[in-house]
Amino acid sequence: MTVTSVDKNVDALTLTVIADFTAPVERVWQLWADPRLLERWWGPPSYPATVEEHDLTPGGGVRYYMTGPEGERYGGWWRVASVTPPTTLEFTDGFSDQEGRPNPEMPTTAVRMTLTGHDGGTRMELRSAFDTREQMEQLAEMGMVEGMSQAIGQMDGLLAG
Amino acid sequence: MVVDGLTDDTVDRLFHALADATRRDILRRCVRGELSVSRLAAAYPMTFAAVQKHVTVLERAGLVTKERRGREQLVRTDPDAVGRARRALDELESAWRARVDRMSGLLADDAGRDAGPAAPAPDDRTRKGPDR
Repeated sequence: MTVTSVDKNVDALTLTVIADFTAPVERVWQLWADPRLLERWWGPPSYPATVEEHDLTPGGGVRYYMTGPEGERYGGWWRVASVTPPTTLEFTDGFSDQEGRPNPEMPTTAVRMTLTGHDGGTRMELRSAFDTREQMEQLAEMGMVEGMSQAIGQMDGLLAG
Repeated sequence: MVVDGLTDDTVDRLFHALADATRRDILRRCVRGELSVSRLAAAYPMTFAAVQKHVTVLERAGLVTKERRGREQLVRTDPDAVGRARRALDELESAWRARVDRMSGLLADDAGRDAGPAAPAPDDRTRKGPDR
């Protein structure tokens, strides 16, 4: 399996995922840096993502929406805090409202992604942190949309192969 | 993972419950504590009965509980805060696991296709099934 380790810390409100790929660092970086590639892995297969804006520079960001089976849309955004191609990307990950604007009432997570050469391939370390426990609990309710759609994708076997 | 052992019916009910903006908003408002249906109804440009109907859909999906206290009906989400917090991390974990799987799949596609140095990838979204 690609995911090497997962660390969940309920007290620190963080999730750290370590994944190893056989591809070189530049290739893995492209999955983040190329909006057309990002679209192909960010959303579950049954809720594909459409990236409308993609600017990985400090202060820049990403605007996207995912489209559900009945055409319903769920929007989201990233705000880039720092970027060092092709190894590091830090951004805030949030939800949008129905009009595609960042929704300030919704929780956000701070994501730090680093790529390092490892065993001839690439190790990706991804740390995701909530600001507050309240936010984390709120996401548990709202995140069900994604959790469920994910599950459907897996049930359909779309991730196979 | 939160969906383990869920039946299709349960998933359908959850999806249906979450597919409506008002219902998602009700969920969001009730995350922090219980609210009465009449208090909720005041927040939306719709009738008390319409809001009550939304609450019933959420209740059937297991997303909220409803309790009568005096003349009020109080709505709240899962009271187990620790469980909710852990579930948030569980969901985030499964989201990232699935993303990593898809990333691997894309990288494997690349490796199979490219003979030489990476060229700007054509849109291979339709590239499925046997190679030409």
